[in-house]
Amino acid sequence: MRHWFGLMVCLFFGTAQADTVAVAVAANFTAPMQEIAPLFAKATGHEAQLSFGATGKFYAQIKNGAPFDVLLSADASTPTKLAAENMAVASSQITYAKGQLVLWSAQAGYVDNAGEVLKSGTWQHIAVANPKLAPYGAAAQEVLQQLQLADSAAQRTVLGENIGQTYQFVASGNAELGFVAASQVMKNGQLQSGSAWVVPATLYAPIRQDGIVLQRASANPAAQALLDYLQGPEARTIMQAYGYAF
Amino acid sequence: MPFSPEDWLAISLTLKLASVTTVLLLVLCTPLAWWLAHTQSRWRSPVGAVVALPLVLPPTVIGFYLLVFMGPQGPMGRFMDSFGWPRLPFTFSGLVVGSLVYSLPFAVQPLQRAFETLGRRPLEVAATLGAGRRDTFLNVVLPLARPGFMTAAVLCFAHTVGEFGVVLMLGGNIPGSTRVVSVQIYDHVEAMEYGQAHALALGMLAFAFIVLLALHWLQPRQERA
Repeated sequence: MRHWFGLMVCLFFGTAQADTVAVAVAANFTAPMQEIAPLFAKATGHEAQLSFGATGKFYAQIKNGAPFDVLLSADASTPTKLAAENMAVASSQITYAKGQLVLWSAQAGYVDNAGEVLKSGTWQHIAVANPKLAPYGAAAQEVLQQLQLADSAAQRTVLGENIGQTYQFVASGNAELGFVAASQVMKNGQLQSGSAWVVPATLYAPIRQDGIVLQRASANPAAQALLDYLQGPEARTIMQAYGYAF
Repeated sequence: MPFSPEDWLAISLTLKLASVTTVLLLVLCTPLAWWLAHTQSRWRSPVGAVVALPLVLPPTVIGFYLLVFMGPQGPMGRFMDSFGWPRLPFTFSGLVVGSLVYSLPFAVQPLQRAFETLGRRPLEVAATLGAGRRDTFLNVVLPLARPGFMTAAVLCFAHTVGEFGVVLMLGGNIPGSTRVVSVQIYDHVEAMEYGQAHALALGMLAFAFIVLLALHWLQPRQERA
């Protein structure tokens, strides 16, 4: 009887340690987050439930009561906006990664490692994420403007609804090249297929990807624990392999 | 006016797409619907099932597979490349092809029902009176099947105006050639420009309602046999 009681006490405290955190993850961070989540569970005992999608969509859903605890955004402005609207805990906002823009083609040898193919221009379609909706698209637009190619590329630009669709346009060959996130084409620090130019950071404003704890999870220890873990060495090693900077 | 020039461009493009699709479908689906209504062949059921498939598949899935099919690695893309023709994704023509697939059952099924209801009797009577096939079709079938044609036209038009998933996958969101109203509204919502989204959505709703109301009002009532 005593042992049974002791067991119940242990189980009670054991389960009280393990909280769940529902995370809204920006589409470009899908692959690294899928690797980080099990490590986070092992290290802290908390379980992360992941949902992937466009940051803009998550904003609308969160404003309308979606049951997320943490938002890992593709930009810095959405978490700031949520905090200003009292939908998130302002003090919890951190930059969990800096996105890297890559000019990529599914064809090997198509993109040179100085991006000259942009000027030599025999391509018919270049895929860019919609700058109004996706930070990687806004960055791509900046790069084209810096290189003074915005006008000549405008006629041949195809807009992806989000970075995932942009990648799809290029991967299917419908667009000969396009601006995608490094995390979509790199693994273990290596380009997985095709050819790419890692765009120098001097050509675009840094893509700060911020995370924040949402109001409904202000008392959920797992939420803050996740943001802390993302700034730790194990998480950063994984992110680096996917081409993120800090 | 609450609409911006971009909104008007999207509206005119949508109406153009819907009109072209409707006309093409009515022309292409009449023989198909006729065959389905009258044939005794064992291919009737399989063909009917294939025609109904776009009803079941999610539009984004249809759009995705069309993107691959018409792309450089797909059979249609490679076929067009071999003739030096420009490929279809990201063009208005590509959207038309997508819409033809997407709205196909909405054209075939009402026409097929109308032809089945018509039956063989009027055709036989026309034949005994010496009418040729074309004469019979133009002067007997078309007038009697008019409600079916109206229904098919209205459904195709409305369905294409509301098309979103296919266009999203296949279009590339190019103003003036593939940025239709449904994508424009979606973009406004995604960019949190809710005022413009409401205005455009309400405008399209009002337009669709008025058109459908007018068409139903103009249809002759056929309650008595």
